[in-house]
Amino acid sequence: MARTPAGHDQGLVRAGRALRVVLLIALAALFLIPFYLLLRNGLATEQDITSPEWTFFPSDLRWSNITELFDDPAVPMARSLLNSALIAVATTLGTVLLASLAGYGLARIPYRHAGKVFYAILGTLMVPAAVTFVPSFVLVSTLGWISTLRGLIVPTLFSAFACFIFRQYFLGFPQELEDAAKVDGLGYWRTYWRIVVPNSRPVFAAVGTIVFIGAWNAFLWPLVIGQDKNAWTVQVALSTFTTAQVVNIHELFIAAAVSILPLLLVFLLLQRHIVAGVERSGIDD
Amino acid sequence: MRQQSSHRTLWFWVFVGPFAAGLGLFTYVPLLWSLYLSFFDAHNTVSPTKFVGLDNYTSMLRDGAFTGSLWTFTVFSLFIVPATYALSLALALMVNRLRFAQAFFRSVFFLPAACSYVVAALIWKLSIFNGVRFGLANTVLDWFGRDQTAWLSTTHPPWYWLVIVTVRLWLQAGFYMVLFLAGLQRIPAQLYEAAAVDGARPGPQVFRYITFPQLRATSVAVVLLLVINAFQAFDEFYNLLSDARGYPPYARPPLVYLYYTALGQGQNLGLGSAGAVILALIIAVVTIVQARWFGLGRKED
Repeated sequence: MARTPAGHDQGLVRAGRALRVVLLIALAALFLIPFYLLLRNGLATEQDITSPEWTFFPSDLRWSNITELFDDPAVPMARSLLNSALIAVATTLGTVLLASLAGYGLARIPYRHAGKVFYAILGTLMVPAAVTFVPSFVLVSTLGWISTLRGLIVPTLFSAFACFIFRQYFLGFPQELEDAAKVDGLGYWRTYWRIVVPNSRPVFAAVGTIVFIGAWNAFLWPLVIGQDKNAWTVQVALSTFTTAQVVNIHELFIAAAVSILPLLLVFLLLQRHIVAGVERSGIDD
Repeated sequence: MRQQSSHRTLWFWVFVGPFAAGLGLFTYVPLLWSLYLSFFDAHNTVSPTKFVGLDNYTSMLRDGAFTGSLWTFTVFSLFIVPATYALSLALALMVNRLRFAQAFFRSVFFLPAACSYVVAALIWKLSIFNGVRFGLANTVLDWFGRDQTAWLSTTHPPWYWLVIVTVRLWLQAGFYMVLFLAGLQRIPAQLYEAAAVDGARPGPQVFRYITFPQLRATSVAVVLLLVINAFQAFDEFYNLLSDARGYPPYARPPLVYLYYTALGQGQNLGLGSAGAVILALIIAVVTIVQARWFGLGRKED
């Protein structure tokens, strides 16, 4: 592009900005289409979904699809949702507790072999968790934890990723605050709970949200461990319908819509914190 | 002094111990067990007795279905990594410069991260890329008078890739966009001011000489995460392509293959473990080469 006089530049910049906004709106519409389809099909009749005469709105909004879904004895929807909720909450609390303690110890307590311990933890990030699913399955079945909530929760509590994030964050935590605590005679334990945790809410919120989303959406592990219908998570239940031959299609869509509702809520409430948690390179306020 | 150091050691393990013990039990033990099992004939059993040496490895590497699956995920990564990188960076650049509705657009692009691969696969398979006439893609094709396509079962040309790649793009682009947005916000404003003083034209020039080089650390992290995630692809492949009859022979990533080998009807845990070890080695090599290549570990910032 040749250099243009300043006046033309202005025009170009304005045109470029307009083009960018149009492009963004088009992309945003594309990104929203799947959500719209989920809702449209979830509230439509089976005939509406499979009709060759495709319409933007279904001929009639059937809210009764929701009650029909929960009344269907063939679909353990309520049970699956409950399992998912229990697993996601327990996994989030457990992971945040274990990983933040470990991250703090690694960042702040001087110990000769701390470096080696850190690399042993970090090394597991190189081994994708999914690759160990065969022996993990073997281990869990040896423990007799197949189709139990224990088996679905405990093995997933030790996230090297969460530990790494906490360590990086605590490395940047203002040392002066902790020194003041030390002067007041607080040991590591009480310094951690009274000074560090209350001043680190954004990173807890960020890691907690990411772990919650991951636990709610997890598929391979619950598929492998939750063999019994009573131990299905909502993802496994949905998957079982999509891979089955006979599908009640509107029920399937409303089930999927119901399954993302809790996450959308968590997500819209905490989105700020996820973004902030990522953006903050260390020091809080 | 000595007493104080042992006091610290004690507290170190109070903090790190529970996590380290769990990680050892649920990651290192399975890894070593996997290695052990891979040298044994282990059908339906977790305490095998028949040592077979490297037989599991040789039969895995001679198995066309397994090597084919390795090829599948190589092709898949070659598509999905650059595509997601470009899309998420573009989204971040556009959203970052918005003067209004920035939060709205950021939320819209980030929202799919709340969807699971299972739900997304369901929408893609049963609504957008449905092979029969009520699918959205086929409806659109119909408006233009084009023939309907059975998206997931057409292998020549391989239309199923379009379905698989778009579903992952939709799901993950927003998350990486947020990483890029964070990176963009860390670039000092003075750099842009200096560039303007030096007469750099806004747009491509500034992007090439300021923005892109400043995003290097973020880019390295994004590419590493994308590659590792691509290697672990399972959810959408399984949910898009398998049905009551099983999984078609095409577009089968290694994890899907190992899932069926180890936990399917044969329950061949020895063979499955050998496959897992091979996969882990490949991932380790690729990650190390990549880290070297990008100079990871070199001082950033």
